[in-house]
Amino acid sequence: MRIDSTEKLGQWQKECQKRIEAQKKRVLVCLGPGCLAGGSDQILEEFKNILAQKKIKDVTVESIKKTGCHGLCARGPLVVIEPEGIFYSKVKKANVAEIVEKTLEKGELVEKLLYTDPESKKKIVDYKEIPFYARQMKLSLRNVGQIDPDSISDYIARGGYAALAKVLKSMKPAKVIDEVSRSGLRGRGGGGFSTGRKWASCAKIESDIRYVICNGDEGDPGAFMDRCIMEGDPHSVLEGMIICAFAIDSPEGYIYVREEYPLAVVNLRNAIDAARQHGLLGKDIMGSGFDFDIKINRGGGAFVCGESSALMKSVAGEVGEPRAKYVRSVAKGLHDKPTVLNNVESFATIPVIIDKGADWFASIGTKKSTGTKAFSLAGKITNTGLIEVPMGITLREIIYDIGGGIPEGRKFKAVQTGGPSGGCLPEAKLDLPVDFDTLTEAGSMMGSGGMIIMDDRTCMVDVARYFLNFLVEESCGKCVPCREGLYQLHKLCVKICEGKADEDDLALMERLSKVIQTASLCGLGTSGPNPFLSTVMYFRDEYLAHIRDRKCPGGVCKELITYSINDKCTGCMACIRVCPVNAITGEKKKLHVLDQELCTKCGSCYAVCNFDAIDIV
Amino acid sequence: MRMIEIEKVREVIGQNPADKASLIAVLQDIQKEFHYLPQMALKEAADYMGVPLSKVYSAATFYKAFSLKPRGEKIVRVCKGTACHIKGADLILEQLETGLGIKAGETSEDLKFTIEIVNCVGACAMAPVMIVNDKYHGNVRVDKALKLVKKD
Repeated sequence: MRIDSTEKLGQWQKECQKRIEAQKKRVLVCLGPGCLAGGSDQILEEFKNILAQKKIKDVTVESIKKTGCHGLCARGPLVVIEPEGIFYSKVKKANVAEIVEKTLEKGELVEKLLYTDPESKKKIVDYKEIPFYARQMKLSLRNVGQIDPDSISDYIARGGYAALAKVLKSMKPAKVIDEVSRSGLRGRGGGGFSTGRKWASCAKIESDIRYVICNGDEGDPGAFMDRCIMEGDPHSVLEGMIICAFAIDSPEGYIYVREEYPLAVVNLRNAIDAARQHGLLGKDIMGSGFDFDIKINRGGGAFVCGESSALMKSVAGEVGEPRAKYVRSVAKGLHDKPTVLNNVESFATIPVIIDKGADWFASIGTKKSTGTKAFSLAGKITNTGLIEVPMGITLREIIYDIGGGIPEGRKFKAVQTGGPSGGCLPEAKLDLPVDFDTLTEAGSMMGSGGMIIMDDRTCMVDVARYFLNFLVEESCGKCVPCREGLYQLHKLCVKICEGKADEDDLALMERLSKVIQTASLCGLGTSGPNPFLSTVMYFRDEYLAHIRDRKCPGGVCKELITYSINDKCTGCMACIRVCPVNAITGEKKKLHVLDQELCTKCGSCYAVCNFDAIDIV
Repeated sequence: MRMIEIEKVREVIGQNPADKASLIAVLQDIQKEFHYLPQMALKEAADYMGVPLSKVYSAATFYKAFSLKPRGEKIVRVCKGTACHIKGADLILEQLETGLGIKAGETSEDLKFTIEIVNCVGACAMAPVMIVNDKYHGNVRVDKALKLVKKD
């Protein structure tokens, strides 16, 4: 069906809603990256197979829906049964028959699959009551985990493309830009630049053509919210882009998706085809006379291509080297034409702003950082996963109330935000409100929203070394301060980790950092020293322990530690089997022995020991 | 070494418009077909798009996704994103390197295995992560990594 008027969209929405309401029960199987690795695709198949054979009243094969990431990856694979919101976690293929028989047929619960609250030990049925979900507010993730990303009618049923219809029917481009400006939305890719201002300055520039680009490169290690939006709700990105195109009068848009996200490409491509087929993309969108189309570009696996000027080079089929930005890309972007480039989450938020109004959006969050922000929680935290919270919430609330704190009774040490351009914040900063400006003042940054939690078994010097190594590998090499400066900074950091440095080296690193920050061409270089500078600011003691005492307090840096086996050893042979250099010997049920001469300190024995029998000194 | 047929190369390249903006897409298609970028295919691509061969090589060596060397049947990718790093990705890599007798970035002589390092695949919640061809393995245990690779 071609939607040739905004009224027709309203009718279609009602039909789509009716079709969904006609299904008395809906089974949502999470096919997000976490659950998929746990075999949720097989769970989905099993549901379909069983329901195809069985005749159950009100439940058909159509009641089974694959969805994007539901958020609580730590407990995956997840299955949710609507309308009750029954939340089953750690589901296995073998549990499916029981779920069908008990819950779908008889309306009973499968107790063992329910979520148990770690504090009260009570079983929680409805996921909305689980602390992880209860504290969240989902705007950019509003549909992720709720709809089948391949079904445009699912998106329409939840009010999809209504914001676009409103724009096309009743708003002038200037009014759209004004609405986005007043909402206070700042770029969710990490820069935090006002989205409305970006659009306004692009629209003002005289040109025969303007472009819209969606940055789906998400190269920050530890960040996966853009991936989940592109995979789980691709239409919301398209709708945001079309609204932007209307506001700045652009006929052509591109989505640049990183090479590592093949499913995002497939789902976006399907969404583009479906939108085109229904007259929501392409020529004469919804009969309004407005034309706009979108192409997908796959990245080639280069971190620097997340930088806007490098990304545009890459879209044009060239090597992705950034350029100096004396002239901004809103004036000279793709093919030297005015271009608006926003990230995935920003575009996905646009329809909500148009739909509910700028004032409503601006009332959420803080004064200077309005709305909500999606974060991915990873590392040493109980509830790893995907969340969205109002700006201004504290780090402590995110890590402890939503994230469930640090597992295995260990102690919190730091939270890394903002990826390789960001920094590590210590416990003393946990009560900081999370917004663009506060995080920057504290020496870190919002970044695209990756949050990696580290416990006392993490070495902060090693973390700095890790990020510096990453940046050395990913530097495009065009400018000297980044190419040579980061290389030297990394070399000095390795020297500290190996216990060969003195305090002059540390001072040299700090001086070198200033030069790199000042003289580099693009964001990769200017923010490159951040992981070092923030760790040395908050964890100087740890650096000094490496330098003065030749000790690694986190027990990570190989040159400064030794492994040994204590008398808790039960002789289970697990470490013997895993040791890659045969440094451990011993018989079953007898105390094992570790040969220090052979040991390469890889830590495999420590990782597999179940009896606390390996000491690190 | 596998035999590469010129007709196949032309067919793969020909799916794209013959202009320089297609360069990266062409390289992606060649790599998808042959698992690496054979020299002869790069020459064909340069002719087809009308760009100097040096420019093709420039892109082929800049982007990490491309390989100029033949790769194995099974591409084992070990994620070394931040979350995977602090959860022991190095241990997994060491196990695989010892077990398969090749280093990261290398292919075994029988062309069965290639080990690669990837800087985050966006599946951080199940760190450490390993990908065998296209299959994701989350929460990989050090002692299970090699078995998973051989079985998969």
